[in-house]
Amino acid sequence: MKTVADFEPVLLANIGKPDSWTRRGYEAYGGYEAVRKVIGKLAPKDVAETVKSSGLRGRGGAGFPTGLKWTFLPPNHPGPIYFCLNADESEPGTFNNRVLMELDPHQVLEGMMISCYATNCKTAYYYMRCEYPLAYKRTLAAIQECYDAGYLGKNIFGTDYSLDIHLHRGAGAYICGEETGLIESLEGKRAWPRIKPPFPAVEGAFRKPTVVNNVETAACVKQIFDRGVEWFKSIGVPPDPNNPRDAGSYGPKLYCLSGHINKPGCYEAPLGITVTELIDRYGGGIWKGRKAKACIPGGISMGILKADEFHCPLDFNGPGKFGCLGLGTAAVVVMDETVQMVDYLMNSARFFSHESCGQCTPCREGTSWATRLLTRIKAGKGRLKDLDLLAEIGDTIGIMPGTTICGLADGAAWPLKNTLKKYRGELEEYIKKTNPDGWAETKPVPALKLLSIH
Amino acid sequence: MPVVIVDGKEIEIGAQERLNGIQVAQRAGAEVPHYCWHPGLSVVASCRMCLVECGQKDAATGKIAMQPRLVPACQTPAKEGTVFVTNSQKVIDARAMVEEDLLLRHPVDCPICDKAGECSLQDYHFEYGRDQRRADIQPFSSRRRELGDTVTLFVDRCVMCTRCVRFTREISGTNELMVINRGAHEEIDVFRNDAGELQFPLDNKMSGNVCDLCPVGALGDKDFLYKQRVWFMKSHDNVCAGCSTGCSIKVEENQDHIYRLKPRENPHVNQWWMCDDGRYGWKHVHDEGRQIDLRRKSTTASNGSYTNLDWHALPAELEKSLTAAGKLGVVLSPHLTVEEAFLLVSYIRRLDPQAIVAMGPIPVEGTDEKFKNGFTIHAEKCPNRRGVDAVAANFAGKVIDWNEFLTEHASSLGGVWISGGYKTNWNDAAAVEKLSGVKTLIVQDCFASPLWDAATYQVPGGTFAEREGSYVNFNDRLQSFRWAIRAPAGVLVEGQLFWQLAGRSGLYQAKQVLAEAAREIPFFAPALSGVHELGVDLKVNQLAAAGAPQPAVATT
Repeated sequence: MKTVADFEPVLLANIGKPDSWTRRGYEAYGGYEAVRKVIGKLAPKDVAETVKSSGLRGRGGAGFPTGLKWTFLPPNHPGPIYFCLNADESEPGTFNNRVLMELDPHQVLEGMMISCYATNCKTAYYYMRCEYPLAYKRTLAAIQECYDAGYLGKNIFGTDYSLDIHLHRGAGAYICGEETGLIESLEGKRAWPRIKPPFPAVEGAFRKPTVVNNVETAACVKQIFDRGVEWFKSIGVPPDPNNPRDAGSYGPKLYCLSGHINKPGCYEAPLGITVTELIDRYGGGIWKGRKAKACIPGGISMGILKADEFHCPLDFNGPGKFGCLGLGTAAVVVMDETVQMVDYLMNSARFFSHESCGQCTPCREGTSWATRLLTRIKAGKGRLKDLDLLAEIGDTIGIMPGTTICGLADGAAWPLKNTLKKYRGELEEYIKKTNPDGWAETKPVPALKLLSIH
Repeated sequence: MPVVIVDGKEIEIGAQERLNGIQVAQRAGAEVPHYCWHPGLSVVASCRMCLVECGQKDAATGKIAMQPRLVPACQTPAKEGTVFVTNSQKVIDARAMVEEDLLLRHPVDCPICDKAGECSLQDYHFEYGRDQRRADIQPFSSRRRELGDTVTLFVDRCVMCTRCVRFTREISGTNELMVINRGAHEEIDVFRNDAGELQFPLDNKMSGNVCDLCPVGALGDKDFLYKQRVWFMKSHDNVCAGCSTGCSIKVEENQDHIYRLKPRENPHVNQWWMCDDGRYGWKHVHDEGRQIDLRRKSTTASNGSYTNLDWHALPAELEKSLTAAGKLGVVLSPHLTVEEAFLLVSYIRRLDPQAIVAMGPIPVEGTDEKFKNGFTIHAEKCPNRRGVDAVAANFAGKVIDWNEFLTEHASSLGGVWISGGYKTNWNDAAAVEKLSGVKTLIVQDCFASPLWDAATYQVPGGTFAEREGSYVNFNDRLQSFRWAIRAPAGVLVEGQLFWQLAGRSGLYQAKQVLAEAAREIPFFAPALSGVHELGVDLKVNQLAAAGAPQPAVATT
């Protein structure tokens, strides 16, 4: 296994070089060689098999094995089969896709071409969030360059394989990143996640089999065919022998470091790097010489790590061992000692209640209820029993399995549940301090006028 | 046959049946509460009230493997070996959670809510909710807005089940309703302009159905709003007389005053729906212009004035008058029930075996209107043309229509019985002119008309809600019903009057008359074995007579 010290970045290798976002710049550094080795040379089945054997897990948040996801497509389907690239990156703290799309869009397109070939897809949709104007501009230009060069369209790279990629911009909703929400939005409808089954691989966009993959996943697919499965498997963490469900976490990963550190940014490191290593080696330590208090390991929906848990390895299995939902998008947000947990909780609850699609009762009402409670606590009207209520809301909206159609409720519940568990003392102190006369009160509290959520 | 296990009870279902958890639990006698699921609409599984535990029984080993997560019963198909648990603590907790969530922003204003007494939220809260409200913050802000001419929305009472939105997309196909905003701020609305004025209101001809669909008090029917508490009303199964579709309906009344009509589920006719024309088409029942006095034209007064007559004296007097009149004729209204038409024509034919039997005017308005799911409002605005046709044809061979009756037969007749029952004025002075030579003209109707004013006997009649009997719809489905309200004082409903004219004692027995008609007229023969509440398909008999293969299941 490669260690952090001898790790050589590949996903971000082109970034910083001149014209890294143009075809000329990309090809100057070996771009589009992987796809030439694949299309027309290998059978689609073998391509999928290679990805499967590499152990690549989706980088969008859930970490589902990519090759396995492709095999869920109905065999010998007459088509069309659609491929959707999920570029609706909306998790707070996350910007790894943005870096790739703005500075190396061809790498993403190349990975997408290989993925489409492997899945027998001839029409692909690139679903990008509208808040990324530069990424949109450069991706659009990159797609055009590919069409001009014969890399897209009919008989690409002189083979009998044809592929069209359509760039689609979202209108700004977190839920569009959920794969069935994305498909609904792509079809021109309100982005309400679909009930499953049927899963998209069986019935997705326009009721046809559909694969939805993340931007970074596509980039990894390109790298696997550039450097080989062995190289890919030499990076990361092998499966935990004590956990039969762990499929291992292989390959390079983009980590977005933000918050109270000296050098925030998007860094490439092997899966399994610890939070401490990441902050010290890449982030330049905590800013202003302060002490770290907590960090979010992978976007706010994943929960929180305390400072004494910073030895947590950032692989797909690691944060779960510390009471978090998972690795998520590997967007590490660091908080220093000045941060009050009530602020963090209120902001995360407000975000999720704002972004809840509103379909399922527990999510729609639960996120809103939590936000109101936290707003009141923040305003100095909190009571200790509110914390119990919050913990219960956290349990019912997401943790109680099956209560909602998609995973947003889980994402909303985890910060609540996890923070209340790890920082309950601090929250109690806050309530007692800000509401000295009424913290033990059990009587109803009058409604606050400022309780408007937005 | 697949066997499904519900709460430990084994339920056998049909091999071809596609049932979900809610439906199969119902068969097992377990109620699975639900808001968003409706059998006539697509499944969205969003309210999460119907969460149950689900598993699969291995046919070989008999072991049951339960899923770790709860599943929405509405979206889970019942197949061989499927196991549903609807009463575990996990399920009970999930229901309590959903109820609590729904009541966060839903005012508990049952005393002033129009849906009180028939609201799922109210019922389920008592059944499955918590006994205490823990959400003591900003309970609600009362808001109401108009969606169109017939429906109003109480915004804060909505639980976002989206049944109404799906209805306008899938059933009426008119797409007026939508969900605006997101999360806890989302609301049902119609398209408005920037000033908030209605741009595309809910104004399709099936709009009233959204009020029936709404499981809570969010969508209110403006016609019914604040008119009556539902627990004071009695509900009677009936058949809509608005057009030849013959929707199965419920007449809801209190003290003989109708307050609303509602559709009654009938997969062969109207499924769960009815049109607004039918829904609001009962106002004539309580119209002030209804005729309620039985009167006879004075033979002595020169000004042709009328004197009131006693119902008891009528049979004898009519028999005498009609017997003396000479050749007789009878005009059967398509608003009569099968039984009434049968009794009336039998009576007239008894007095004059050669009596002319004619059909009253068939009201037709525009053309048939078909909606996205196939529901059709027929242009023929009468409920029983097919039934009356069959009766008339049985007695007279060829059915004479109203115009032919007036032009070719009216002048030769001495006595004519004209039955009405139309909602609007249906005859003119020309008809009076054609019938001017008739010595005994009996007009039985609800409202005055030129013919009414020229009648020798003015016999007030009943409306659809006061009648008892059977209608045959456009598709030869015979449906029987009983009266829902009593006719206004002074009015003897057609069936009862004809029963007396036939010399029978006691109260009118529609079932007995239908059985007689079914024995005599082959068209009605399938009704002999009884009429199901969903009606009887008379086509089955016709197909058999024609030697055609019979459909396995009678459909519309």
